[in-house]
Amino acid sequence: MADIANLKCRECGRTYPVEPIHVCEFCFGPLEADYDYEAIDAVISRETIAAGPRSIWRYVDLLPVSENTPRVDLGAGFTPLVPAPRLGAELGIADLWLKNDTVNPTFSFKDRVVSVALTKAREFGMKVAAAGTTGNLGNAVAAHAAKAGMPAVVFMPSDLEQGKIVTTAIYGATIVAIKGNYDEVNRLCAEVADAYPWAFVNTNVRPFYSEGSKTLAFECVEQLGWKYPDHMVVPIGSGSQLVKIRKGLEELAKVRLMPAPPHTKVHGAQALGCSPVAQAFAAGVDHVRPVKPNTIAKSIAIGNPADGPYALAAVKETGGRVETVTEEEIVDSIVLLARTEGIFTETAGGVTVGVLKKLAQDGAFRKGDRVCAMITGMGLKTLEPVADRGRPTVTIVPSMDEFQEKIELGLIPSDA
Amino acid sequence: MPKVKIPTPLRKLTKEQAEVDASGGTIRAIVDDLEKQFPGFKERMCDDNGDLRRFVNVYVGEEDIRFMDGLDTKIPDGESVSIIPAVAGG
Repeated sequence: MADIANLKCRECGRTYPVEPIHVCEFCFGPLEADYDYEAIDAVISRETIAAGPRSIWRYVDLLPVSENTPRVDLGAGFTPLVPAPRLGAELGIADLWLKNDTVNPTFSFKDRVVSVALTKAREFGMKVAAAGTTGNLGNAVAAHAAKAGMPAVVFMPSDLEQGKIVTTAIYGATIVAIKGNYDEVNRLCAEVADAYPWAFVNTNVRPFYSEGSKTLAFECVEQLGWKYPDHMVVPIGSGSQLVKIRKGLEELAKVRLMPAPPHTKVHGAQALGCSPVAQAFAAGVDHVRPVKPNTIAKSIAIGNPADGPYALAAVKETGGRVETVTEEEIVDSIVLLARTEGIFTETAGGVTVGVLKKLAQDGAFRKGDRVCAMITGMGLKTLEPVADRGRPTVTIVPSMDEFQEKIELGLIPSDA
Repeated sequence: MPKVKIPTPLRKLTKEQAEVDASGGTIRAIVDDLEKQFPGFKERMCDDNGDLRRFVNVYVGEEDIRFMDGLDTKIPDGESVSIIPAVAGG
């Protein structure tokens, strides 16, 4: 399959050559990969996909890289889509499925986007990988850069969870801790990207990077036996993942792998402490007003979401909703998911599960609807928010008598 | 006279200068002055209604003008202005 021919501005439609650029020179709108869908239609089939690797690269025809480029690949994607009957029973959703992206190489969906971004960066001949991050992206960049033998520079807020710092540093990345929030980190990254010829995955190679998120939609549909889910519930940070999931659903129809149009309603999930898209949705306006983030859900604490207006539009156009959850609901939802389905997610996953519950309560799902929720990152990197839910139930000396005593006191359930 | 940091997408207009001087006490006045110096500049910053385009972020010092008075934000003596495209991430 040939590579994409152009980049195209989402705002004004101006086209640009395929280069490491991400902003329209005219209106500052984001640039997007522009595919020749007719050519893809001619070569892609469910069979060619099934014959591909068990990773995002099975969908290479719908990714913006040349087929011959050596891939920067740790095996991201094709993660389990698991039925979740016990969580579903708790939430009143009969046909609930979870996309378990906690099992990616660095334990979040960011491996999908970074694998595409660094493959493209190598195609461009760029030598250094870089990113501004709330944690997960830094992990993914550091690990993929290590595999590719590229130096990596990762910029992160200095107050990030310890687990996210160690899990980036271990791969040998240079970490620049910034005394500021993620939006301020990103601002600096934009300035650094202007001054150094580095591949900033979420800046100058973002048009390629963001395409990796489409694979979440491709996989859900394929793993359901080539059926659209009725609903997808997606956390919103920058909004990119939600926008690309919607794009992925539409592309499956464009290249006739699926009937047109997709009927899936795409819903967004935000933490109340950083909910600019939810606020715009509730107010019924198109403009997303930036906020100052204040939430434990740091991986999605983006106050000025670059794809916010597009995420809002995608939700509205598909008939979805954007809901929020409180800090307490986030923690309760992390615990509920772990105790019903055996998946330990980070705070963003707690936001998604909490919003699932709200959507079910508010009647967003009809009886029998099939619902897929994106569990995008794992809990071990961010133990702090759930630390007080994870203490020993009792502490005893190694004595059978003391053990029996605790049983009799009811502190240890005898039928456990 | 405030210094204005120019991002890559606008540097063709500013003859590749990464920083330029502009006169004016508010962002609106600065944009008007930059339009005089570099014709076409305002159209890049503002939409047809004269509002800041949604993917353009302007900072006075460290603060986003959307958290202040938008285009009417005043520029204190000695503060610089930065124009920066919105970026994605996570």
